[in-house]
Amino acid sequence: MIDVENLNVTFKSGNALMHAVRDVSFFVEEGETFGIVGESGSGKSSVLRAIAGLIESTHSKLSINGKPTSARQARENSRLMQMVFQDPYGSLHPRHTVDSILREALIIHSIDNQDKCILKAIADVGLGVEHRYRYPHQLSGGQRQRVAIARALILSPPILLLDEPTSALDVSVQAEILNLLGRLRESYSLTNILVSHDLAVVAHLCSRIAVMQFGRIVEVISAEDLRRGKTKEAYTAELIFASRGFSRVS
Amino acid sequence: MILQQSQTLSQWLQTDAPVSARQAAAGKTYRAIRSIVANPAALAGLIIILLLIAVAFLAPFLARGISPIAQDLDNRLHAPDLAHWFGTDELGRDIYSRTLYGARVTLAMVLLVSVIVVPIGLAVGTLAGFLGGWIDSVLMRITDIFLAFPRLVLALAFAAALGPGIENAVIAISLTAWPPYARIARAETVTISKSDFISAAKMQGASTWRILFKHIVPLCLSSVIVRLTLDMAGIILTAAGLGFLGLGAQPPTAEWGAMVSAGREVILDQWWVATIPGVAIFIVSLGFNLLGDGLRDVFDPKST
Repeated sequence: MIDVENLNVTFKSGNALMHAVRDVSFFVEEGETFGIVGESGSGKSSVLRAIAGLIESTHSKLSINGKPTSARQARENSRLMQMVFQDPYGSLHPRHTVDSILREALIIHSIDNQDKCILKAIADVGLGVEHRYRYPHQLSGGQRQRVAIARALILSPPILLLDEPTSALDVSVQAEILNLLGRLRESYSLTNILVSHDLAVVAHLCSRIAVMQFGRIVEVISAEDLRRGKTKEAYTAELIFASRGFSRVS
Repeated sequence: MILQQSQTLSQWLQTDAPVSARQAAAGKTYRAIRSIVANPAALAGLIIILLLIAVAFLAPFLARGISPIAQDLDNRLHAPDLAHWFGTDELGRDIYSRTLYGARVTLAMVLLVSVIVVPIGLAVGTLAGFLGGWIDSVLMRITDIFLAFPRLVLALAFAAALGPGIENAVIAISLTAWPPYARIARAETVTISKSDFISAAKMQGASTWRILFKHIVPLCLSSVIVRLTLDMAGIILTAAGLGFLGLGAQPPTAEWGAMVSAGREVILDQWWVATIPGVAIFIVSLGFNLLGDGLRDVFDPKST
């Protein structure tokens, strides 16, 4: 469904050229949840933003459902894919109520029955009607992330891009949001790309996982192999070891 | 939305589960007003500004029917007494009445300048900050050019070129006052543009104009309003300065700056002629500054 070949992203900082993503290629099947893991600065978020059309990229192929996509067709892309961002405190407009945040896309795409759509979206992510006219500062982090998910799903896109959707939340809320994402994947039959630095999160939701380092994909591994520690590359083993946390050498 | 019987107004405003967009907006306004009122300095400023507005509207009534332009040459430079509470000026006009009517001129100028300056500053700043590239460079260099001149001198030059009068003074002040607003709006816009909620709006297919008007301008507006309120004192002083130099309101219109100017020659013997309008300028400027400080506390985006 999502076909990426030789994706490159470069950033200019002053005169220096920063090559954030180098020749990344992968393919995501319909209905699959594809994971991308890596440490900070490995370029995983840049891959996602390039697919979303939020940053410029060069590539030999970047197509969704067989159709090439580019940053210039944001309006067409918006019914095709949406994104949930890492920081629920920065991804909601501080002066808009939940209602107007959700209504935005419906107005842009002139969709009828807006109130019904909004109520359904609120219910789908497990919020109550009492949250509808609240401002983001009146919501908790988990509730904000639910609003962000509702906003992403209100146009019923087949593809949902998840950029570290749980890393800004505390552990108990993380589990709730992950379960919600798992449930919505079924009810909306979503294709997901999940970016995370948390191997447990990725192994929980994804079927295949790309491991990134220094802007390249080191290895694509199945969740099964990841759990069993059957890695081909040394870096993946290192990452798994690091994710188990600190162990004392006695 | 209709108030339910069991609810008081303050419960309706303070509920954490508003049932309509109007109730949510009313609640937000109510919280903002409460935090202004809770700040003594801001409350003092607000009261002064409300008094200024009241005085401007009620000037004929408060002046007890004394015309601000009626001359009485027998009673010129009369000291304050019961008939003339603030004395009379060099043409025997009642200074109390002139000061009250002067509030109208000041208020009108301040309003007109705000109405001109805020849209220009916001338009230039948000466009430059959001679009970036050469548009940013061109707009900001124009802003720099305007900033390079001393404000009063540039206003003087414009007022002299356009000819004296209140309207021209307003245009002259506006032309010199907008650049800082463009700067503020641009700085805010650059920060806001990087936010995820702008990325989300882009992904939902929002047009550039929609993002600018619905997402960026409302967030810039608060710091622009704070800046405007703090700038009011400067605007009033510039207006008074132009009036003092004869480039603002023309005689016989009562204008505080021109009144101070008229009292200048007799300041040692008839102190009230220059002092009363000077005190009026001082109080109103102070009021705007106090309110501006309070608004800055209320609107601080970091607090929400």
